[in-house]
Amino acid sequence: MIKIYVDMDKCQHYGQCVFEAPEVFQLNADDKLEYQAEAPDDLLADLESAADVCPMQAIFLTKE
Amino acid sequence: MTDAPLLIVGASMAGLRTAEGARRAGYAGPITFLGAEAHAPYNRPPLSKELLQTEGQGHADVAFPIRSALEEGVEWVLGRAAAALDVERRVVVDETGQEHPYSALVIATGLRPKPLPIDDHGLGGIYVLRTLDDAVALRGALRPGANVVILGSGFVGCEIAATAAKNGANVSIVSQSRVPLQRALGSQLGAEMRRRHEAHGVRFFCGESLFGLVGDPDVERVILTSGVMLECDVLVVAIGSDPNTEWLQGSGLDVSDGVLVDAGLRAIGVDGTVHPEIVAVGDVARYANPLFDDVPRRVEHWNLPTETGKRAGGILAAQLAGQDCAPLVAEGFAPLPSFWSDQYDAHVLAFGMTYLADRSELVAGSLDDECVLEYYRGDELVGVCGIGMRSTVQSYRTRFAAPARA
Ligand SMILES: Cc1cc2nc3c(=O)[nH]c(=O)nc-3n(C[C@H](O)[C@H](O)[C@H](O)COP(=O)(O)OP(=O)(O)OC[C@H]3O[C@@H](n4cnc5c(N)ncnc54)[C@H](O)[C@@H]3O)c2cc1C
Ligand code: SF4
Repeated sequence: MIKIYVDMDKCQHYGQCVFEAPEVFQLNADDKLEYQAEAPDDLLADLESAADVCPMQAIFLTKE
Repeated sequence: MTDAPLLIVGASMAGLRTAEGARRAGYAGPITFLGAEAHAPYNRPPLSKELLQTEGQGHADVAFPIRSALEEGVEWVLGRAAAALDVERRVVVDETGQEHPYSALVIATGLRPKPLPIDDHGLGGIYVLRTLDDAVALRGALRPGANVVILGSGFVGCEIAATAAKNGANVSIVSQSRVPLQRALGSQLGAEMRRRHEAHGVRFFCGESLFGLVGDPDVERVILTSGVMLECDVLVVAIGSDPNTEWLQGSGLDVSDGVLVDAGLRAIGVDGTVHPEIVAVGDVARYANPLFDDVPRRVEHWNLPTETGKRAGGILAAQLAGQDCAPLVAEGFAPLPSFWSDQYDAHVLAFGMTYLADRSELVAGSLDDECVLEYYRGDELVGVCGIGMRSTVQSYRTRFAAPARA
């Protein structure tokens, strides 16, 4: 399992992460970020890409 | 020489992403970073924003996490600049004269700010902003009530202006352009950004440059080309950047404007030969992007160190494993450039190459609030930029598919 944490004080809802890992990150109808706090290991590469492209560097991943 | 490491010159974001890309593609050998700054790779955008206004913030607040793949087999040689490259012997010489042999070389040395275009007479109080150390020095000078003059109205100049104005400084922007951010955002949105800055008390002197400086030992006043004189405790020079390629002079690589590379990010020599064991990544690389045309360009957007690094790392890993890289290179490289900027409550997000455009068109919202603009070169959509309205801006990502070109 991978645990996902987004620092919502930093996040500016740019939505860049959504395109790298849509299974985990979505922009809701108000253009605000929503995300799942856990994801299976096979999404690691996508989640690392999402963390890479986040302009605010607000996405933190830990492997359980 | 088989034990020579993958050598990455520039402990930068692009260098880091290249190392990660090589590991992901199976390269398990040694990696050495040779970096001029004393710091491990960190993220630069906060340097003109949060870090510039938050006393006490430092490297820990902006450092990139080092992933587990790079915890072993990586040597960091920091605080030391590369001075020369010998392509024949596959050796980089650093400023102390030490030689660093390599099996493959990554050029990730980025850019540095252009200097003040007039004589500074050795005066203090003159700043640029590219590195963490620059940001900490400038932060100390941006006191409330300070008279801050910013030369240049690009993103870095405008973001510093916004941060300084929020901190209570008296800010003036001096620029040769008609409106701020003209090259990147065009006249329409540039004029709106000027209005937003003015609403926060920033003064503009457009179509102007510096004529002279007055003061001793620190700058006290600047004289503009029109003769206007401005009080000035802090002068920030933000008129663009030059590539850090001096150490590559005489190496045989084409460094006429950054490092010219092919679709595999592999360096091209002045004689046109491709060097398969040398790549250039990030701001210092110059390449054609088939989404737009076949003209090689340097593009200074934050998403490209990652895009170029990932791809170059994969290609080098294949090269080092003795595989044929031709199919990988032939896939082509057409990353969608993306940039953002935060100034006051305006969160700007753009895709494409807006500065190739000859006109912009407001397509949603209104300029003084949230809005989306399309950018055209002739009839061709080359960029989109929005303030807010994220979903609309994001929906353009797939609209830049390369038109068939002869
Ligand atoms: C203040 C600031 C704010 C920014 N804000 C934004 C933003 O909001 N949005 C956006 O899209 N982009 C922004 N950018 C642009 C973005 O940060 C850059 O595109 C990115 O940093 C480029 O990374 P890079 O790895 O190519 O090179 P760099 O980050 O320039 O790193 C190059 C490294 O190489 C080192 N080096 C140079 N010469 C040598 C040598 N001879 N030997 C060894 N090492 C050497 C340098 O010291 C440096 O550490 C901003 C840039 C700055 C400076
Ligand atoms: S990319 Fe970063 S800033 Fe943008 S929505 Fe995702 S977490 Fe937030």
